[in-house]
Amino acid sequence: MKTSISELKEIAKKVRIDVIEMTHQVQSGHPGGSLSAVDILISLYFVMMNIDPNKPNWELRDRFILSKAHDCPGLYAVLARRGFFPVEELSSFRRLNSRLQGHSHLGTPGVEMSGGSLGQGLSAGLGMALAANLDKKNNYIYVMLGDGELNEGQIWEAAMAASHYSTDNLTAIVDRNRIQNDRFTHEVMELEPLKEKWESFGWDVRECDGHDFNDIIDQLQLAKEVNGKPSLIIANTVKGKGVSFMENNPDFHGKATNDEQYEQAMQELK
Amino acid sequence: MNVFSQQIATREAYGEALVALGKEDNRIVALGGDLNKSTFTHLFAKEYPDRFFDFGPAEQNIISVAAGMASMGKIPFVNTFAVFGTCRPFDQLRIAVAQTKLNVKLVCTHAGILTGEDGISAHGIEDIGLISMLPGFTIICPSDAVETKAAIRAAVKINGPVYIRLYRPPTPVINQEPYSFKVGEAKLLVEGNDATIVATGSMVPRALQAACLLAGENINCRVLNVHTIKPLDTEKILLSAQETGALVTCEEHYRYGGLSSIVAQCVTEKHPVPIEVVALEGYAESGTAEELLVKYKLTAKDICIAVKKVLKRK
Repeated sequence: MKTSISELKEIAKKVRIDVIEMTHQVQSGHPGGSLSAVDILISLYFVMMNIDPNKPNWELRDRFILSKAHDCPGLYAVLARRGFFPVEELSSFRRLNSRLQGHSHLGTPGVEMSGGSLGQGLSAGLGMALAANLDKKNNYIYVMLGDGELNEGQIWEAAMAASHYSTDNLTAIVDRNRIQNDRFTHEVMELEPLKEKWESFGWDVRECDGHDFNDIIDQLQLAKEVNGKPSLIIANTVKGKGVSFMENNPDFHGKATNDEQYEQAMQELK
Repeated sequence: MNVFSQQIATREAYGEALVALGKEDNRIVALGGDLNKSTFTHLFAKEYPDRFFDFGPAEQNIISVAAGMASMGKIPFVNTFAVFGTCRPFDQLRIAVAQTKLNVKLVCTHAGILTGEDGISAHGIEDIGLISMLPGFTIICPSDAVETKAAIRAAVKINGPVYIRLYRPPTPVINQEPYSFKVGEAKLLVEGNDATIVATGSMVPRALQAACLLAGENINCRVLNVHTIKPLDTEKILLSAQETGALVTCEEHYRYGGLSSIVAQCVTEKHPVPIEVVALEGYAESGTAEELLVKYKLTAKDICIAVKKVLKRK
């Protein structure tokens, strides 16, 4: 899909507003990591991925798995803005009888795998990549991981297996916002040297500025061209990006804005 | 002790059945965790190398990979031991299989205490309890090699999660081919009206022996082979409760969460009758399978004792 950088920026603005609206209205959900991932999600859904929002189950589509499924407000907003379901539906987030569950769940148009317990999405993505290869189909598989999520052992089981099976139709993106549920990632569990860890597991690793569309798209493109190995992109991001008091603030991992904060966030985003 | 002429390991029957089904349906893929000779999945691997995936002992990864494959239209059969396939990746089974209702088949061998000498870490005695807690799973415990083959074939026809429970050593063949098998439909093996022995898996041949011994004492037991634990054949179980007025449940599993719990729940809700339970009271220990069955009271004799006990409570 051809979308200019200025158009992507406009979409990102709308999606960030959606994220604050959704979480504020229901007074729960995870705005911080949604905001850090927004620009990457938009690059995938509006530029990279071969998808048809009118046919969410189209067999030849590319797949995206949000392994850090708590950050689904950002995913839902991007899916809605891309046309998978009406934007008005976003206000049903976390409400009774809604398709937009508290953690992304198979069954919502555009959602490819259930999550909510960390560390599982990369394995599911590997399964999809292996199935596509087996059928000699061109489906490309993307998985987004949280950096805190890398504490889970299953991530490294999947990392080993993906490189063992040379799944070069798989790119994982780490939303490296450096904050997890309680605290900064280096305080909870040191992840560095992160690039070297993944390289030693046999992955092609590159980094990008996770808020620079040109850089994100360039690196996603390069990752897609890699042969014989799975790819990992460490996207350096800012948790809470776009809302000054949320940026780099561990308090907004899983907390919605109060009325006053909401007004301020809206002013900053609009 | 064994009066049955032929003995075949259910895991071996499984391995052969999977090869046959693999030929009929190329959506079938097999996933293993470095136990492929033990689960007899090496037969599938040899026949269809491109449809076989080994992940080493990384059960969490295997289950989620299977879910991903199922979402792409494959029918993944995950193979490992009962302890590793249900305990280690319970969370993955919950999120990626039960909550998605994806078409994943989990086939676990080395269930129960027949794994003997390997000891309590290897004895799969909690698996039925764990999997029965996951909504949407079908749970099948075949009673012999013939039923195993039929169950595997039936599992392919179910579009959703299935757990199949198998054993390591050869066990008696009690069914004959051609064998008619329907998921969720218990088999009436012996008629009788004094009490009903409700058995599953490896306990079914022992239940047949018990019924035979008891008949010699003029106690006529009905024997039900409950190969499908979930969904339970509540109709046949309630009918037996009504007609015989007493039940003895038999399973090579911990007494909580398995067949006895599920049958007791069904019966107490609709038609309460006295029930005696033949099951494990806790963890066992290392020993030969035969020794363990005797020490932990899972033999035909123990079933006879339970029947006599339940008859007194009628």
